[in-house]
Amino acid sequence: MNTWNKIVLGIVAIGMTAGLATAGDANKIVVDGSTTVGPIAKAFAEYYMGQHPDVNITVSESGSGNGAKSLINAACDVAAMSRPMKNSEMKAAKDAGVLPIEHIAAMDGIAVVVHPSNPLANLTIEQIRDIYTGKITNWKELGGPDRPMVAISRDTNSGTYETFETMVMNKAKMGEKVEYVGSNGAIRQRVMSTPAAIGYVGLAFTEEVKPLTVNGVEASAETVASKEYPISRPLYLYTNGRPKQSSPLHDFINLPDAPEGKKIVEDLGFVPSN
Amino acid sequence: MTENVKTMNEMRRDMPPLLLSHSARRRQRIAAAVGNGFLLAVTSLSALAVLFIFYFIARDAWPFFRLEGVREFFTSVRWYPSADHAEFGALAMFVGSGLVTLGAILVAVPLGVAAAVCLSDVLPFSVRQVVKPVIEILAAIPSVAYGFFALVVLAPLLQESGGPILGVAVWIVGAPLAALAIVVVADLATDRLRDRTRTRVRWLIVGLLGVGAFAALAFAGKALGGLQIASGANALNVSIILGIMALPTVVSVSEDALQAVERGLREGSYALGATRAETLVKTVLPAAGSGILAAVILGVMRAIGETMVVWMASGNAAQIPSPWYNFLEPVRTLTATIAGDMGEADHVTGSARYHVLFLMALCLLVFSLLCNLSSEWVIRRTRKKTGG
Repeated sequence: MNTWNKIVLGIVAIGMTAGLATAGDANKIVVDGSTTVGPIAKAFAEYYMGQHPDVNITVSESGSGNGAKSLINAACDVAAMSRPMKNSEMKAAKDAGVLPIEHIAAMDGIAVVVHPSNPLANLTIEQIRDIYTGKITNWKELGGPDRPMVAISRDTNSGTYETFETMVMNKAKMGEKVEYVGSNGAIRQRVMSTPAAIGYVGLAFTEEVKPLTVNGVEASAETVASKEYPISRPLYLYTNGRPKQSSPLHDFINLPDAPEGKKIVEDLGFVPSN
Repeated sequence: MTENVKTMNEMRRDMPPLLLSHSARRRQRIAAAVGNGFLLAVTSLSALAVLFIFYFIARDAWPFFRLEGVREFFTSVRWYPSADHAEFGALAMFVGSGLVTLGAILVAVPLGVAAAVCLSDVLPFSVRQVVKPVIEILAAIPSVAYGFFALVVLAPLLQESGGPILGVAVWIVGAPLAALAIVVVADLATDRLRDRTRTRVRWLIVGLLGVGAFAALAFAGKALGGLQIASGANALNVSIILGIMALPTVVSVSEDALQAVERGLREGSYALGATRAETLVKTVLPAAGSGILAAVILGVMRAIGETMVVWMASGNAAQIPSPWYNFLEPVRTLTATIAGDMGEADHVTGSARYHVLFLMALCLLVFSLLCNLSSEWVIRRTRKKTGG
């Protein structure tokens, strides 16, 4: 078993040096991670490459957890994450000689959405929790039509799920009837086409579905920026160490603080951080 | 084939050896050894790949037993891999995988076998040459395209008009089946009677049973037609799509089995005065039975191993539907769980959440290995029986 481990480690090491060879190139930036942060990173990349045609930025979206893994394995320069790094990931990074530095890309609210035909307008955090634990199973219990509820959640692999779990579920466990789907877009698609559905998505994904007010607060840029809205969170970009001054990576990572960056974030339906 | 090879070998043995110089003969021998070795290596590579996969999956699955034990995994339905006190009950996933596979088989086998019979014994050769490749195109469609279709088209369709669709489906499936069953029952019941009474009694039985079947179908159709499907991402949706995906396998393997039935058998049946339908049902199908069984097993493997479609459209709720055969509830399969949970499962620290996915993969691998062996066995037995 030990020899096998060594062989596997060897292969991983070869892969890592190959990864470093690409990641080390100063004019190439590889971004990997959250599907929520992905659109922001892509818009930043487009803007930055427009200004600096010699820089090449690739953005892939494989989930916050995979982004962290990529950063630890030196397969990317920037890990886009919709949650802070966990202690276990920090430890793994330390063991691999990687020092993750946190940058806030934007603020994001998780909107609770229902089908446009749903008459309901507001839910409290407790009600949302009861829906997802399976305590409330029919819309009539909330004053809606007599229709069994279809509660839809992001997969446990996503940062959105983790944020929802910590901010809404408060350690309560998801009910067994809760459905899981793999992306924000897929939740929107399911809620859009299912009259009995309720789901939660990033603020940028509320087109053609009906976002509810939570505890009476509307999910909007203002309420998220002011942290009035109860389900809001920062979105992160992690780098390995502080990027060198005036390197492309440094410029890229500081875009969220520049006025153009703030505009990009706003255009995408997120909220610029202060 | 074997006879040919034998005579070739004999010929070679009987011929006087070509006279070559000593070095030339040595070179020839070395070249032959290298060539044989290379071919052996290439051939064993795929076999080795299977063994390697098996070894590595088993190696990563094993620690789960040490970390969490065996009992919970196979008996509990509580799946909370990310909770503080993680629970790893996979029973619901086993049931989910089984349910969608069963559904896929219910869709694929009647359709597939009927299509195979049609291709091999009913359609003219020129039409068959066109239809078979078209069916095989189904196998070339990427599974994510099927998943997209299931999510965007079939799921909303089931939600909006699932009840009426099911009501109509009962008629489409039930009416021919009932007609066939009634005719067969009437035939059997009146076999021994004299000619004149026979016709009368037969019509009486057909009439009575026909009214009964009509009433039953009408009742079932109405009951199903009134159903409201809350969520279109459910076992039924996935079963239909997986059934369509398994179709090409079922069709082409059962068609091969039907083709393998000797011509003489069909001709003998016709010579005894059987009609084409009788020949097909009473002679050809039983003779090709085990080949068709092999086709079904291969279809099962196709359905149980499919990931993308179930991940996109089965709803992924970790529950056993109540009652268990309720196809209108969302289910979660083993494959979808592996695909969905792999990203966050922490392989750096080697957590139970990581190893449990390998345990699931191991279960799937063992299952498809068993399926493969049994289909292999069935096919071999048929060959022996038919002397092919």
